[in-house]
Amino acid sequence: MAEQKASTAIEAVESGLAAQGYIASRQIATAVYLSQQIEKPILVEGPAGVGKTELAKAIAAWRGLKMIRLQCYEGLDEAKALYEWKYAKQLLYTQILKDKLGEVLGGAQTLHDALAQLHDFGDVFFSKEFVEPRPLLQALEQPGGCVLLIDEIDKSDAEFESLLLEILSDFQVTIPELGTVSAITPPTVILTSNSERDLGDALKRRCLHLHIGFPEQRLEERIVESRVPGISQTLRRQMVGFIHEIRSLDLKKLPSVSETIDWARVLVLLQASELDTDIVKDTLNVLLKYEADIEAAQPQITTFIAKAARSNVFG
Amino acid sequence: MRENLHRFFRAARGVGVHVSPAESIDAMRAVTQVGVSDRTILRDALLLTLAKSQDEKLALGDCFDLFFSQPEPRQNQPEADSEDASEDTDQSPSSSSASEAGEGQPSEGLGPLAQMLLSQDRNAIAAAIASASGAASLSEIRYSTQRGIFSSRILDAMGLQRLRDDLDELTATNPALAERLRSALDALREAVRDTVAQGLALYAREEAENLRNEILRNAPLARIERRHVAEMRALIRQIARRLRERYSKPRKRQRRGHLDVRRTLRRNAAWGGIPFLTAWKRKHRDRPKIVALCDVSGSVAQVSDFFLLLIHSLHEVVDDVHSFAFSSHLIEVSDILESKSPEKAMAEIMSKVGFGSSDYGSSLVDFEKEFMSTLTPQTTVIVLGDARSNNLDPRADILRRISERSKRLVWLNPEGRLAWGFGDSEMPRYATFCSVVRQCATAQQLERAVSDIVATYQ
Repeated sequence: MAEQKASTAIEAVESGLAAQGYIASRQIATAVYLSQQIEKPILVEGPAGVGKTELAKAIAAWRGLKMIRLQCYEGLDEAKALYEWKYAKQLLYTQILKDKLGEVLGGAQTLHDALAQLHDFGDVFFSKEFVEPRPLLQALEQPGGCVLLIDEIDKSDAEFESLLLEILSDFQVTIPELGTVSAITPPTVILTSNSERDLGDALKRRCLHLHIGFPEQRLEERIVESRVPGISQTLRRQMVGFIHEIRSLDLKKLPSVSETIDWARVLVLLQASELDTDIVKDTLNVLLKYEADIEAAQPQITTFIAKAARSNVFG
Repeated sequence: MRENLHRFFRAARGVGVHVSPAESIDAMRAVTQVGVSDRTILRDALLLTLAKSQDEKLALGDCFDLFFSQPEPRQNQPEADSEDASEDTDQSPSSSSASEAGEGQPSEGLGPLAQMLLSQDRNAIAAAIASASGAASLSEIRYSTQRGIFSSRILDAMGLQRLRDDLDELTATNPALAERLRSALDALREAVRDTVAQGLALYAREEAENLRNEILRNAPLARIERRHVAEMRALIRQIARRLRERYSKPRKRQRRGHLDVRRTLRRNAAWGGIPFLTAWKRKHRDRPKIVALCDVSGSVAQVSDFFLLLIHSLHEVVDDVHSFAFSSHLIEVSDILESKSPEKAMAEIMSKVGFGSSDYGSSLVDFEKEFMSTLTPQTTVIVLGDARSNNLDPRADILRRISERSKRLVWLNPEGRLAWGFGDSEMPRYATFCSVVRQCATAQQLERAVSDIVATYQ
């Protein structure tokens, strides 16, 4: 019974994301469903431009939640990611305190009394008012939950990973002066990585590991269809077929989904009705980002177009 | 189902996927969420929770397919295996199945196994095999020599003894039925043998892998067989990973030294010298800079190959690596190694400088002329070669200059110490200028050598 529910729920995720213009494969939908059910973050790996960041945006839009994004870079530390004390405000506070101190301690006869009174006064110096929440803390404080996107985690230092462990496994943060802040509603956490460096085992263990590769031809056609509605079906098939051929070459940077979408937009703008050698040559720089790659692909264009057209007939 | 999942985790460990208890708990939770009725979803869920990289996903996917192709009692449609088994059962003359209707009574006095075999209920047979292999703890199987004992254990657990008695009895009373039962028993034996073979493929891999790795680690690299090269590469990558983990982390922690009073005061001048911001003296630590000179002539090429692979997978530990390959002359190969896959890179290097007879003298001359400037006082120079220069001038004077310009000069020789200095070996002359000379013929020695080099910088 629960099993029936699962497959329909996964389909619901798929259609929900599709409504936001994100065509998810079955695997992606399963990951999103599972992460919600067993409250685990998703670590998304894959080549640049296959829609890792887009997935987080689509989930946020679909569930109507706020998205909080933390872009990682080298040297990112807890002051920028977690929380910081408002130093200026604390300084001001001490100034005011100095003025008021006389009044508060007015009745005290001895030093001992004064100290006791000061203790009664309470420790407000390190209190919630002086904490400046950064993205991670903000995400925990959202009453209705949110989608927390930790983008390009592989760009950050290895130390930063350890900082994330507490938040990823228990959805809480410990601030030494204040204690532990737990999430009001556990956020949906998405981490993305381009595999520039190997992430630590501790981090990986706490996440569902989702690898998004280049999509299959059918799926990619559906993605183009949803993102660039103005494109005709024949052209869509041809261009996606062509890109799949290009991906079989040894290139420095293979064109990914974002390039496919860009190219589709360009072709629509140029009002092309079908692919031919000239138009591909003129627009190849949209697909390939290195001069060497373009040179390598140039001689193959005609054969690739023919192949794409042929697969079109049979497909 | 839980039992099945546990066995699957064990099989997953066998194919090299790291499954810790925490991960297995997660997987369990995921499975209770998605259920087991839809196999593709179950597969996705397990892949998501257990595998931690693309390689692991592939390995685990294969493992999943193999694992769940076993006869599974819960499935209603018969699986490939049980189909085979029951096809065999069907080989018994079909006339007997017609006669069964008439001879229904004799099976009354038979044991449960005989009844099951005669009724030809595939699902029941498959279920019985599965539960019997559970009882015989098939998942404990480790070596291929254990196949016989596990098969007989499973058959015993299924009640073979009772079946034999039945057979004896039937041969006397009802020979036709006995014949049918006998052929069904043969089919059953076959099915059990298949189950055990599959169990071996699933569960024994872990042990076999460990054993093989242990052997590989101590095998001489130069004489490694072609079919082991890929496994050796994987092993080298493992070593690189271990070295990275060992040496990339503690460096930062040790760097902070004493309080730098002067800089602290200056930085806090704005607050009247109250030290809001502290400045610390930093212990200066170099990351290893490595210049590797590798002999790629016939005898040493394989060792150089693995060595270069190891050095170039140490990105996080080593600051920069310049690699040079030589046999009769010397070229820089860093770019080739960085940009190409290990197999292609080695092929290209070999086509450029390999296969010559080695000439250490002229190779050193090449190095001094063009690349001497890559050496700094922080550089460790590693020479890998057998120092057999075909009786040509060894030019040990250049090696002396290299040694003077660099922090350390390490010579790794794939030959045993006994062979040094005999024949055309120039090792003793070169050794004078080396900080360390060590033998390096196996993966284990290679690991120790590189580990020592990196450790001197910590």
